[in-house]
Amino acid sequence: MADPFNFELVSPERLLVSEKVTEVVIPATLGEMTVMANHAPTMTTIKPGVVSVKLASGQVNKYVVFGGFADILPTGCTLLAESAVPATELTRDALQKRIDAAQAEIANAQNYEHKTKLEQFLGQLADLNGAVIPG
Amino acid sequence: MPSLKDLKNRIASVKATQKITKAMKMVAAAKLRRAQEAAEAARPYAERMTQVLASLTAANAGNAEAPLLLSGTGKDQVHLLIVATGERGLAGGFNSSIIRLARDHALKLLAQGKTVKILTVGRKGNDILRRTFKENIVDYVTFREVKQLGFVQADEVAQKVLALFNAGEFDIATLFFARFQSVISQVATAQQIIPAKFETAEAATTASSALYEYEPSEQEILEDLLPKNIAVQIFRALLENNASFYGAQMSAMDNATRNAGDMINKLTLSYNRQRQAQITKELIEIISGAEAL
Repeated sequence: MADPFNFELVSPERLLVSEKVTEVVIPATLGEMTVMANHAPTMTTIKPGVVSVKLASGQVNKYVVFGGFADILPTGCTLLAESAVPATELTRDALQKRIDAAQAEIANAQNYEHKTKLEQFLGQLADLNGAVIPG
Repeated sequence: MPSLKDLKNRIASVKATQKITKAMKMVAAAKLRRAQEAAEAARPYAERMTQVLASLTAANAGNAEAPLLLSGTGKDQVHLLIVATGERGLAGGFNSSIIRLARDHALKLLAQGKTVKILTVGRKGNDILRRTFKENIVDYVTFREVKQLGFVQADEVAQKVLALFNAGEFDIATLFFARFQSVISQVATAQQIIPAKFETAEAATTASSALYEYEPSEQEILEDLLPKNIAVQIFRALLENNASFYGAQMSAMDNATRNAGDMINKLTLSYNRQRQAQITKELIEIISGAEAL
């Protein structure tokens, strides 16, 4: 049995989760990573994707996050998401809305660098759209 | 001397006013609770953000290639004042205290020969500042239609600010808003957001506590986070402002209700007095009429 540690998922609007967990899978920008207790201190940015949280009770909760970063310490993990929703509450329509918004932003983007970044973001969103939501 | 009828009308109208102010007070109280909750819910994120940035900043101190948002442009010629006020009035000194602070700041800068640009958030601030600083206002954002303040709105403001900064339109940005202390006290505050400033004590403790691994590089994370931080700071200011607004409105409306009560008492007193006087007068007329017979 893995050791439990504190995990917090916060978005600018509210604190979504603050609980003892044994395992968290984070969609880091450079690839998914699993965080367990006593992880080396790490700071990473995250891309849009699914955070899967395994509670100390063994229950697994999933949340969809849209970018942000994670602050990992041996004693705990804090995920600062720009926007986050429980996976069960995310609908295809809501996601499509975000994709549309991102597309509109690309059309308006002035400089090249910004545009690349947005296109990357859009790609990640599209991945999410295909993979995460069944049906 | 107003007639009895006049007094009666005035009492009725003051009573109606009192009803309105009372209702507004109740509404403000309910909204205040929501606004306060929102401000509290946003606090962990903002605190974490500051902590992380402070440690990153400490790690990047003295780095010549640090992003401009952190180190500034090295000049302080052009100042951008972001003035966040309420959309509505009837909130006591709420709007005017923020505006006064911003105006004093602007006048001081102008006296020093600096250039001042103003971005107003909220209708009230725009209306009032436009009178004195018409040519200084570069942009204006209003959330009049917005029911619940979200991060999206703050981001909108932040994007405008960042676009201006990237275009080299200003060197230093200061944010003006009212910090919510309690229902009866809101303090107009000026906070410098570009270049970012952190309390050094906090930075020292967090920086020493952990040797982080950064993924991707420190520099990249910093570049990613700094613009986000602007949005977060603005979001926080907007929420504080919102809570302050309802707090101020609540106490203003409470005062108004009490004043209306006092006024009703006074008017009722003179109404009764006059009624008595009239009755006495009529009696005298009747008696003296009877005596004359």
